[in-house]
Amino acid sequence: MANFPTPLERFVQGILPENPVYRQFLGLCPTLAVTNGLKPALTMALAVGAVLLCANVIISLIRNLLKPHLRIVVFTLTIATFVTIVDRVLAAYMYQMSKTLGPYIPLIIVNCIIICRCEVCASRQPVTAAAADALGQSIGFGLALASIAAVREILGTGMLAGYQVLPDVWPAWVIMVLPPGAFLTFGLLMALVNWVDTVRSKKTGGRG
Amino acid sequence: MDYLFDIMLISLSAALINNFVLYYFVGICPFIGVSRQVGMAVGMGSAVTFVMTVAVFLSWTITTLILMPGAPLSAWVAGFFMPADKAAAIDLTILTYIVYIFSIASSVQFVEMYVRRFYPPLYKTFGVFLPLITTNCAILFACLTVMTNIVGVESPEEAWDLGRALALGIFGGVGFTIAIVIMAGIREELDLCDVPQAFKGTAITLIVGGILAMAFMGFTGVDSGIRVAVTGAP
Repeated sequence: MANFPTPLERFVQGILPENPVYRQFLGLCPTLAVTNGLKPALTMALAVGAVLLCANVIISLIRNLLKPHLRIVVFTLTIATFVTIVDRVLAAYMYQMSKTLGPYIPLIIVNCIIICRCEVCASRQPVTAAAADALGQSIGFGLALASIAAVREILGTGMLAGYQVLPDVWPAWVIMVLPPGAFLTFGLLMALVNWVDTVRSKKTGGRG
Repeated sequence: MDYLFDIMLISLSAALINNFVLYYFVGICPFIGVSRQVGMAVGMGSAVTFVMTVAVFLSWTITTLILMPGAPLSAWVAGFFMPADKAAAIDLTILTYIVYIFSIASSVQFVEMYVRRFYPPLYKTFGVFLPLITTNCAILFACLTVMTNIVGVESPEEAWDLGRALALGIFGGVGFTIAIVIMAGIREELDLCDVPQAFKGTAITLIVGGILAMAFMGFTGVDSGIRVAVTGAP
């Protein structure tokens, strides 16, 4: 067990160094689909975070009972159970939002982030590490979603989370809130992340 | 005539107008991951089409017979344990997600075993992709669309029958194949281009996807246009 990262490392890694969206390219469907506004994006991140935390804790608790060839089925059924709970809770307390997110809430079941974290972390490490990992990954996922959603909403409507941020003369680029805008924004932001990475590694390489 | 026309519109909409990948963003992972070569893209596309058809058939059957409010099979079973009026009102829709994902996973497993045993050439074409697509969002999305059109409709007459559901499954898969094959064709050319360092890999693929999505936006409104042209009323 000595080679596994500690809970704190797991937590920190999830936020930037191993960001699920920009570094691992996981969970791309919700990343593109619900980022036409900041509010749906944050709700989505919260829902994914809740499911990820519950699933990671449960899988970590039963990790000694798992049989290797059945583990994926167990993961999926655990996740499906929690997604059903989240779906019902959203429909009960945030009806309008659950209508907006529509099929993308049930699609959390097949979100690769959760299955990947169950496989990489929760099925091998104790509960504290699994929970810390889930929190870190959720925050990283939330940040990635929020960054894409903010760019799309500001350029597409001139507003952020419903408040006017750009002056009225801004010719709202409707394309940004439509499907093509999602691909373009995400592609450009990912190029930005790559570029910052190269610049930083060059700097440290020069010093070292 | 009306029925065939309806099927045609559902197919056209699933394949082109509301393309699963470029409009609903489902199945993005294979769209980015398995679109390096045209041959692989065709294999992946046919595997998805095949599994989607099977999964839609299963989910339609399960929803109509067991899950939806007042479904015949579950009402019959419940009739042994409770009074008839309560049994007729039984509603298992809360189990939908768990049942769907379980039926998709197991059907993929059976399809893989069957194809490997009886159609080795076919298995060579797309067998390797079968386990991958258990967790493909496009499959679950197609099943959920079918469910919404059975459970979520206002009157029972509007609920989709098996023909409409299968049209969605087959042509949703065809739409996925079209998108991923176009993407693979472009990416084969891209390999010869001088892409800026920061854009290499996933970033440029996403930009290309954005341009493709713009092209597919040109289909918007085609379905309502056809409807007006054929029926004469909006």
